[in-house]
Amino acid sequence: MTTATLNQPDYNMKIVRQFTLTSIFWGIIGMSVGVIIAAQLIWPSLNFETPWFTYSRLRPLHTNAVIFAFGTSALMGSSFYILQRTCHTKLFGGPLASFVFWGWQLIIISAVISLPMGYTSTKEYAELEWPIDILILIVWLMYTVVFFGTLAIRKTSHIYVANWFYGAFILAIAMLHVVNNLEIPISLFSMKSYSVFAGAVDAMVQWWYGHNAVGFLLTAGFLGMMYYFVPKQANRPVYSYRLSIIHFWALIAVYIWAGPHHLHYTALPDWVQSLGMLMSIILFVPSWGGMINGIMTLSGAWHKLRTDPILRFLVVSLSFYGMSTFEGPMMAIKSVNALSHYTDWTIGHVHSGALGWVAMITIGATYHMIPRLYGQKGMYSVPMINLHFWMATIGTVLYIVAMWISGVMQGLMWRAVNPDGTLTYTFVEVLQKTYPFYAIRLVGGLIFLFGMLLLAYNTYKTITAEPNSIQEQELS
Amino acid sequence: MTLFWTLWISIITLIVVIGCAILLRATTKNNTGVKEGEPMPHTFDGIQELNNPLPKWWVWLFWFCIIIAVIYAIAYPSFTANYNGLLNWTSADKAVKSLAESKKAANTSHSQYQREMDKAKSKYSAVFKSHIYNADGHYKDIVDIAKDENAIKIGQRLFLQNCSVCHGSDSRGSAGFPGLTDKDWLYGGDPKTIKESIMYGRQGVMPSWKEALGGEKGVTEVTSYMLKLSGRRVNVLEAAAGKTKFVICAACHGADGKGNQALGAPNLTDTIWLYGGSRRAVEDTIANGRNGIMPAWLKILGEDKIQLITAYVYSLSMDKNKNKNNK
Repeated sequence: MTTATLNQPDYNMKIVRQFTLTSIFWGIIGMSVGVIIAAQLIWPSLNFETPWFTYSRLRPLHTNAVIFAFGTSALMGSSFYILQRTCHTKLFGGPLASFVFWGWQLIIISAVISLPMGYTSTKEYAELEWPIDILILIVWLMYTVVFFGTLAIRKTSHIYVANWFYGAFILAIAMLHVVNNLEIPISLFSMKSYSVFAGAVDAMVQWWYGHNAVGFLLTAGFLGMMYYFVPKQANRPVYSYRLSIIHFWALIAVYIWAGPHHLHYTALPDWVQSLGMLMSIILFVPSWGGMINGIMTLSGAWHKLRTDPILRFLVVSLSFYGMSTFEGPMMAIKSVNALSHYTDWTIGHVHSGALGWVAMITIGATYHMIPRLYGQKGMYSVPMINLHFWMATIGTVLYIVAMWISGVMQGLMWRAVNPDGTLTYTFVEVLQKTYPFYAIRLVGGLIFLFGMLLLAYNTYKTITAEPNSIQEQELS
Repeated sequence: MTLFWTLWISIITLIVVIGCAILLRATTKNNTGVKEGEPMPHTFDGIQELNNPLPKWWVWLFWFCIIIAVIYAIAYPSFTANYNGLLNWTSADKAVKSLAESKKAANTSHSQYQREMDKAKSKYSAVFKSHIYNADGHYKDIVDIAKDENAIKIGQRLFLQNCSVCHGSDSRGSAGFPGLTDKDWLYGGDPKTIKESIMYGRQGVMPSWKEALGGEKGVTEVTSYMLKLSGRRVNVLEAAAGKTKFVICAACHGADGKGNQALGAPNLTDTIWLYGGSRRAVEDTIANGRNGIMPAWLKILGEDKIQLITAYVYSLSMDKNKNKNNK
């Protein structure tokens, strides 16, 4: 270790503490909304006959809360943490970092208010209306300035691989956000706006955005997190420098044109669909590059999994990552997509990524950071982390298995045909058969949510304890 | 797609695929100046990076996927709208702009959609048609189809997939959508009329009468009279006043209020209410009017399927008639 990290001279860790705590808070909120809408699919009356609690308004609230409030807060916090420690310098821009934090919280609160009120641009994952879009752009540019400013004043010769991924995530999201949200408000005093794109081009731009929100925010960003916390927690060197180079460049390049696989068999021209499909197939390999590099980093440290539940979180998240990034390209193949599209399979795929990969790596990183941010040698209770690990794993598995089964079942039932050529099942019959799986999904989601409450309690006990009073513990 | 989008997409995709191949070749070799398996000469916050070679199986997997992608791009439409691929495959005829054009294209196009439709036609058409056509190629009588249990099952499935959204899975309808299981018909319940309703649709317009009746008071009075017609207890004075105003309504609903099927004017003397029979609902109907629309299904479903749906709908009330006769 260099002296800089030992002394941690004047790193701005306050901003990291703020982002880390809010990410836990928004995680619980976002997942609670998810649990509510999962229950609404079984008991529709849970919208209490109000417009504000209808599924159509809460669903974008759920996705925005988990992606942009929980996930992005975690990414911003961890990026500032890693950036300072791997560049050996304080954050660039002084109060700008604080501006990013408060600006981002303001955006989240605007989303929490405007989405249930029914304001939406109707673009999936980009539902927020134009005034909020402008605010996002301003805050994001400040984030870009802080991040790349700090990289510019770094005291190390090279840029660490984690920061490549964070950097790609920040630049790509800026570009995606601007292009997909090019919209014209109907008047300066109205929240409503319309996209400048129309028809097939609009759909193409939307899914170029939509898939890259997955690719750059939920994949590249969290790979940055992985590249720091896995070697750090395992105390092992990163497996292969060269693998990180090829898989980084291939990943960010190929992701950019995988979006059309969301539009198979639609009005999008065939040739555009083909290119989207073949890019998605290639994408499988660089995606797995990240998983290999993460898991192989543990060589020589596998025994630590027996005693360290934080490492378990990190390694299992990589396994889910590997599984989803195999599943994704497979679902992008036209003939598979013809069965899987519009079914619950897609929801299952998304959550094996969102719960299994994004949430679990974030939780692992949070458990790693919290003691270090609050001057402790470990979390308040390691057995509690272990319990959380099992709840998160079981919750995720229940969720995705239920959605796989119901998704494949829906696909097969929709295409079943009688000897006379009429469809065998009606929509309602398929829905009836789906109910048991909705119930299993709800149970899985609830277990995952309760795990998050454990994280919150463990964090509370850790940060309110006397400084330096908690010692390092291991599972026995 | 404009030329801009075409070039933008094609050129970027080409650069990315070729770039991946070049980079893969470059990183497969060790150009770092560090021995394989040794740490790179930089450390970040205590983290080292080893210069391990790329896993062989992973490199081969990468080449395999790139080659698959290239083969796919050659075989299928890719890189600009002008290249249809060696297989000359299309998903569907995307040039058509209307249903008529689509039908015309069906005989010439070799799209995947058309091939699957043709396959389905040759597989199912004979069984399907046997239920509705006589040997001489004419339609069977709907009353006969309604007696054919298998045909009714097909009709029911078609109904459930296309009609139940409004009329309900049990065909009993809901507010604004007529129930089909009773003997009360807006336009007539004989097979010919049912088929007409399905094929060409219906538009049941009830105008707003609030002003013509002299405001809310008039509406209340007419409502009282109407409720009295269907045997409800009402304020007698109101009903008497309403009776004189009912002449306006009689034009369509008849002097006796029993409706007129030629106009689709509902019978007001029974207990069946299309838009609800509460006083408030009836007042609302009279004051503000209604506009009930049954879409025309001929172009969507075709006459063959409508024949079966007609038979199914007819069979629903046929059972009721039978029961009544038995009693």
